[in-house]
Amino acid sequence: MIRAILIFNNHGKPRLSKFYEHYTEDTEQQIIRETFHLVSKRDENVCNFLEGGMLIGGSDYKLIYRHYATLYFVFCVDSSESELGILDLIQVFVETLDKCFENVCELDLIFHVDKVHNILAEMVMGGMVLETNMNEIIMQVDAQNKMENTFLWELFIGIKPEIGSNFK
Amino acid sequence: MALKIVKGSIDRMFDKNLQDLVRGIRNHKEDEAKYISTCIDEIKQELKQDNIAVKANAVCKLTYLQMLGYDVSWAAFNIVEVMSSSKFTYKRIGYLAASQCFHESTDVIMLTTNQIRKDLSSPNQYDTGVALTGLSCFVTPDLARDLANDIMTLMSHTKPYIRKKAVLIMYKVFLKYPESLRPAFPRLKEKLEDPDPGVQSAAVNVICELARRNPKNYLSLAPLFFKLMTSSTNNWVLIKIIKLFGALTPLEPRLGKKLIEPLTNLIHRALDLLYGMVSKKNLMEIVKKLMLHVDKAEGTTYRDELLTKIIDICSQSNYQYITNFEWYISILVELTRLEGTRHGHLIASQMLDVAIRVKAIRIFAVAQMATLLDNAHLLTGNMQRNGICEVLYAAAWICGEFSEHLENPMQTLEAMLRPKVATLPGHIQAVYVQNAAKLFSTVLKSQEGSTEGTAAQETSQLMIDRLPLFVQSANLEVQERASCILQLVKYIQKLQQKEVEVAEEVSALFAGELNPVAPKAQKKVPVPEGLDLDAWINEPPSESESEDEQPKAIFAKEEPKHSRSRHTEVDEKELARRREARKQEQANNPFYIKASPSSQKVYQESPGVEHIPVVQIDLTVPLKVPGLPMSDQYLKLEEERRQKERADKKKKEKKKRKEKRSGRGRRHDSGPESEEDITPAHMVDIVTEEMPETYILPTPDNRLLTMSSTSIFLFFFIEQKSSKHKKKKQKKEKEEKEKKKKKKHHHHHRHHSDGGADESVQNGTVEDEEPLPVSMCLTLNHKVCDIQGNLQDGSQVVVSVIFENKCDSLLKSMEFNVLDSLNSKLQRPEGSGPHDGFTVPFQLPPGVSNEARLVFTVQSIVMPQKMKGTLTFIVKNEDSSIHEKLDFKLHFTCTSYLITTPCYSDAFAKLLESGDLKCSSVRLEEVNMPFHHLLARICFHHHFSVVERIDSCASMYSRSIQGHHVCLLVKTTVSIDAKCDEPTLLGNVLDEIKQTFSQC
Repeated sequence: MIRAILIFNNHGKPRLSKFYEHYTEDTEQQIIRETFHLVSKRDENVCNFLEGGMLIGGSDYKLIYRHYATLYFVFCVDSSESELGILDLIQVFVETLDKCFENVCELDLIFHVDKVHNILAEMVMGGMVLETNMNEIIMQVDAQNKMENTFLWELFIGIKPEIGSNFK
Repeated sequence: MALKIVKGSIDRMFDKNLQDLVRGIRNHKEDEAKYISTCIDEIKQELKQDNIAVKANAVCKLTYLQMLGYDVSWAAFNIVEVMSSSKFTYKRIGYLAASQCFHESTDVIMLTTNQIRKDLSSPNQYDTGVALTGLSCFVTPDLARDLANDIMTLMSHTKPYIRKKAVLIMYKVFLKYPESLRPAFPRLKEKLEDPDPGVQSAAVNVICELARRNPKNYLSLAPLFFKLMTSSTNNWVLIKIIKLFGALTPLEPRLGKKLIEPLTNLIHRALDLLYGMVSKKNLMEIVKKLMLHVDKAEGTTYRDELLTKIIDICSQSNYQYITNFEWYISILVELTRLEGTRHGHLIASQMLDVAIRVKAIRIFAVAQMATLLDNAHLLTGNMQRNGICEVLYAAAWICGEFSEHLENPMQTLEAMLRPKVATLPGHIQAVYVQNAAKLFSTVLKSQEGSTEGTAAQETSQLMIDRLPLFVQSANLEVQERASCILQLVKYIQKLQQKEVEVAEEVSALFAGELNPVAPKAQKKVPVPEGLDLDAWINEPPSESESEDEQPKAIFAKEEPKHSRSRHTEVDEKELARRREARKQEQANNPFYIKASPSSQKVYQESPGVEHIPVVQIDLTVPLKVPGLPMSDQYLKLEEERRQKERADKKKKEKKKRKEKRSGRGRRHDSGPESEEDITPAHMVDIVTEEMPETYILPTPDNRLLTMSSTSIFLFFFIEQKSSKHKKKKQKKEKEEKEKKKKKKHHHHHRHHSDGGADESVQNGTVEDEEPLPVSMCLTLNHKVCDIQGNLQDGSQVVVSVIFENKCDSLLKSMEFNVLDSLNSKLQRPEGSGPHDGFTVPFQLPPGVSNEARLVFTVQSIVMPQKMKGTLTFIVKNEDSSIHEKLDFKLHFTCTSYLITTPCYSDAFAKLLESGDLKCSSVRLEEVNMPFHHLLARICFHHHFSVVERIDSCASMYSRSIQGHHVCLLVKTTVSIDAKCDEPTLLGNVLDEIKQTFSQC
């Protein structure tokens, strides 16, 4: 099971946090800080897996992370997950973000954390991997965004446009 | 576009949306907390409004603040309100907020049951999806109990999107409400075979998680998972299943056996990947890891698999990735410690290959092999069939052949003559016996030189004492060699007693160095006339005869003794005569690689380059460190070496930069250490499949290796077949008349590393003189000047000509003649006049090829030359014989006078600094090839070696046979700056390089 998914930047500022177990807000912040300290001091050429910090499960848990430009993507998992599998999943996640935001950068995550959550929800559900196929993920995300857009039109003009008409 | 306007207008309806909030926080870095608290106040106001859009916007902002660590549980009721909205947009915001901050003790959760149930059964799949996603994060025992049935129904939903979510969430439901497991399980199991791979994967996921908690309840599913494992292509599913089997096998031992095959298949795939992954940098690390696995491996099959993989990985592409051969030898020696492996012969062949081809490693290899021989009893144990004893074959041969490197040859000789050796397989014993003789000669040499004769006589006595054991061997080969050597030693002892010094004579028996030969060299040896290799020499033995083999071997024991004794007194003269005959035969055999002066000698004799080292051998390595597997040290050493190299390079670069400042430096860019920068600690004589017997290709790192013996090859192809050659068309009538002897222009094409259009760039060509009826083209393929013994005056060029008869008549009385020029003369046999031809010493039956060597004396090598020549021969048919003549031109290019000579960058820098060299430069137009191909081409066709390569330029070096230095600086802009002490030679070489690239 995946216990938490964290994205923070090079300075430790959280850009997304998703905990699949309940912690108080203070503990969550502490976990983010601790994880940042564990991950950020590591060299670029060392292993991407490390033992979890004291707060999040201790040594039974592993942190699997990847560093992309200004952002760290960290998955905290238990022993039922394969490290390489998760590493691959992070890559899928980032590639999906890149497709959805068209050349994703840190600013996209800063201003649209809700969208990032929606994308993540199509990949991981309640700490379990739901889908690993990027095309399938993007298809579902797009379909939901379309629904939302249709609704926005409706709200603004007061009429429901025909399904399939070109909104863009 | 329109949508953006729409959105913008909607946004303006609210005071502040999420983006405004984020922007605001970023603009209030100093008083962030204060700013956020005002925002929270605003949000509280927004939540009080009736408008659901405003509420949803507020909740969205709260979700963000929650991530920053603010407690938002006070808004839980508002979140439920937003969740209940009929609009998907708001509902999604609500569920997201709930999933981020609801937990079991959030009291408003109980208000959500009905709303969630409603959403689960919504006709819109995304309403259902959002509800399931949210629920998976905040499901409580109550919610699980109340909603278990609804979710179970969804497991059979028509949409796979819903099915997979429903299946996955069931795990959470089971955790919170375990009673639901029993009724839900059959359906869950059914989903393992769902047509949708996503649903299947979800079911595997859930069952794996369940089985981790309580494996034995899921044993019954093993066959189903086994089927999935062999059929699924989804890596995620495979990983999960393998993890599941990890939990199940301890409970059911039979499962382990069943899993071996599919799992080893998976492991093999991983090992195959490894093969492609290695580089110079990581090879040692990877092999170290594999060695650990070898130690841990339980099944011999898997261990053998690892062993072959290690050897495959290391030896791939002619040991391309090995930078330290001492390390590799140590790895091989470590592998011999494996008990019961089938791959002894593989290790043995690697040991032999490396020891023969990497000259620099021989001293080390011999020391290691001597230790192996000394401890042979540890390897073999009692089992004669033990495959690992094959390595002794290699060990014995290496110690014998390179015995001059042995530290204590006497000890090794004794080890090789132990009675225990007689229990080894026959073919190994045979090698032992033969190499004991080689060792004997080495020992004799050292003993005769230093001490009085008794020691040498004792050694002979040792041989005489021990050899009879082998003479009695049941193996014919062993028996034959042993008795032969025994008699020889007896004879030697006799001479010793007369105080005759024999060591020199004995060592002559094994004189001559072994050179690597290309695997295809054998093909080039013509089958002698009248020999049919397929014909039986005697009647094929009948099947039944093989039964009699056993008793034969028993008789063979005594028989040889009698028969051999007659031959014991082979007198000295006879021996000498035979030796001479053997030498003669070798000299006449073009396919025997003659010993050539060592490259080291070359340097000593050429002034100005004595500081060019040939190989760097770091033998400061202690042979064994107690407690540490040997090969591990090399990892450390290698690391240090590379660091040192890097440091050296930096120093050099600094130096160069200084030079640059002073206005005479060359351009060099520094860069991070790349794969190509790692220079091997030892050089390999690499002989690849595709090259001629005496030619050595550039290694992948662009370093051309020491060329030992080189010669110009001309390939004469004489073929009976009409040709496309343009010139021939003019003479069509004649051609028809003489159809039988038509010769075809034939380019002999060989591949080399850079591929591409290569045949157009021969270093010298032999051209058609005129369109004779029998037209012919001679293609000079690889030429290099051979220095054979005349290195000092550097005025000889050896032209090797391969004649191939492609017509179906016998060609005989071939005479090769060249019109001498002032500068170049064909060396003719003594007593013949200056216009006599060189009689080719063989005839050519149809389809046969053979090689002749012609020696030319050249005065000046600074200019290219063309020489006219004629080949006359008689074409003999059954009924007639015709005299034929072929004219050709022999083209000696300046490149053909260059010899590839390795040069180290410090020596190179000194050379350039000396100021003796003249400068010239050339630009290559329209060359579109990768830089390393360009370099490889120059190396290959023009006999340069790369001294140093730094990003966009490379320095190269070569020497002429008369000792001119030629230095090149090649830039990626394909311009070449060159320096040489002979400007004419340089100009011509550059022209030839230009020509090479203009033709491709």
